[in-house]
Amino acid sequence: MSGTQAVTATPVQVPKQPPATGSRRNRKLRNDPTARSPLWVRIVLALICAAWVIPTFGLAITSFRQEDDAQTTGWWTIFTTPANFTRLTLKNYSDVFTQANMGDAFINSLAITIPATVIPILIAAFAGYAFSFMRFPGRDFLLILIVGLLVVPTQVALVPLLKFYGSIGLNGTLPAVWLTHIGFGMPLAVYIISNYMATLPKEVIESAKIDGASHFQTFWRLILPMSTPVLASFAIFQFLWVWNDLLNALIFAGQNTPLTVALVRLLGQEGQGWQLLTAGGLFTMIVPIVVFLSLQRYFVRGLTAGSVKG
Amino acid sequence: MIKILNALIAVVGGVAGAILLYWLLNKLAELLPGRWEDRVKPYLFLLPALAAIGLYLVYPTIQTFVYSFANNHSTAFVGFDNYAKLLTSKNFQNTLFNTFLWILIVPAAVIAFGLLIATLADRLRPSGEKTAKTLIFLPLAIGAVSAGAIWKFVYATRPPGQNQIGLLNGIWTAFGGDPVNWLQISTLRFNSLLLMVMLLWMQAGFAMVLLSAAIKGVPTETLEAARLDGAGEGSIFFRIVIPQIRTTIITVFITVLIGVLKTFDIVYVMTNGNFNTNVIAVDFFNQLFTNRNNGYAAAIVVMLLIIMIPVLVFQVRQFRAEEAAR
Repeated sequence: MSGTQAVTATPVQVPKQPPATGSRRNRKLRNDPTARSPLWVRIVLALICAAWVIPTFGLAITSFRQEDDAQTTGWWTIFTTPANFTRLTLKNYSDVFTQANMGDAFINSLAITIPATVIPILIAAFAGYAFSFMRFPGRDFLLILIVGLLVVPTQVALVPLLKFYGSIGLNGTLPAVWLTHIGFGMPLAVYIISNYMATLPKEVIESAKIDGASHFQTFWRLILPMSTPVLASFAIFQFLWVWNDLLNALIFAGQNTPLTVALVRLLGQEGQGWQLLTAGGLFTMIVPIVVFLSLQRYFVRGLTAGSVKG
Repeated sequence: MIKILNALIAVVGGVAGAILLYWLLNKLAELLPGRWEDRVKPYLFLLPALAAIGLYLVYPTIQTFVYSFANNHSTAFVGFDNYAKLLTSKNFQNTLFNTFLWILIVPAAVIAFGLLIATLADRLRPSGEKTAKTLIFLPLAIGAVSAGAIWKFVYATRPPGQNQIGLLNGIWTAFGGDPVNWLQISTLRFNSLLLMVMLLWMQAGFAMVLLSAAIKGVPTETLEAARLDGAGEGSIFFRIVIPQIRTTIITVFITVLIGVLKTFDIVYVMTNGNFNTNVIAVDFFNQLFTNRNNGYAAAIVVMLLIIMIPVLVFQVRQFRAEEAAR
């Protein structure tokens, strides 16, 4: 939905991964036998990293500066006149709660994101099981329909949904936002989960069948536990997507303003509220950054999912 | 707080409800005589997911298609009027042109940066590689609205004579230039380019992660052989590494392309499509909510869908080839 959503995971064909310890060995074999990389490589990378980090760093510094300072001097001057360090303040953060209602927005964001992340997982897992371990007429057609829908922009659904929700009085409620995200996230969920399940050893299922286990039992006792990595990585995708979503929140959330919408309102009144904008911006990104950093391993594994297929 | 409680109830209720639903569906299937049980069960397992997809994507797509031939309140059909009016409007032509620029520039730039970073980071020690990658990957988690807050402070302008507070103008004036209102320069679509930089900033990390995994998977023997034959680093990269990671490059390209076509938040937040920066997804939103014209909005997304068709066909083909190979 958002332009940021880089996770419309299309089929990924990465050649077989090297063993976990392979990176250092490869690097040595690939390039210089000495342990250090060439100086120019380190300089270029350092410059790129700096370019990637400095914009965010500037926002972080500004969020601790007083309104007058932030309005009249660039944030970098704090390093040229170190006396300014003593003028840093936490006031912007308290203002953001009292004046911009970011506290409520934070709660709304949680209230929107958690159900919209958790509920689709089980639904998609059952569908993934059916696609991977059951044979039935129409399977290929349905799978291809889902792959095709990965490409379809979700905007196509907004006008009809708005009318539909309007007719049953659901507009502006939390369930409207949950259901929308669940529906829009479903093709990706089914796709990456069944892609992963297809890589699980078929023998396990066969032997479970011989032991007399039903599909239902096999799913609960074997397949679901074995699929935890992909379920986790889908959960992270969906969490980041829903948390950062603006479009659906603008259209369906009504009074349940999440952080993204609250922040857009602050962005709209630039000139007066810039220092609030910085604190609000930083506050909005804390949760996704923590989620991302702590679960990065799963995230990357999900992105390269399919790469390990037999 | 009550909302959190509601959300938690929804989570517990939703999950419990789903478990109960599947249990019931399963029981229902087991009531059927032997062969029928096996025949029906797959569809019962699929039912909730397919219902969600049908209700939220398939049916609305068809309905939007119908609306695109109707008037602004979807009360009467107007034939191809919406399309004709849009395509002949100067504004919409501009919007389409901008969208094509995004399509042409962003995916290619993301891949170029992703490759550059992946290749360079591959030569660092593992700890350095990990740090560099994390820093570059991080903007993906930040989200477009927060990114808007961040980049407003890069592109901000103050009148001449005042201290600049935007980073870009800070650098520009330090070198003796006059402060520039960056986001209002539409000559050569410079402001659109500045917005594209934001998307590049957010997505380069994604490309890097996939491409880096692919590069590490290139067999060392082929590289060694090339080196023994006296190939330079440059030709090794372009003649040996690139061809071997082609599929991954295409995958990243398609994924970024899909993201680009849906780009809404960045433009909406930074310029709301003013100063000649409009793109198709923002125009859709404004037709729907500012101009209250369902017909135009629907026609715009149908056109977006049409632009997507080649990607869709490619995607499905790729998938079938993979299924066949499995």
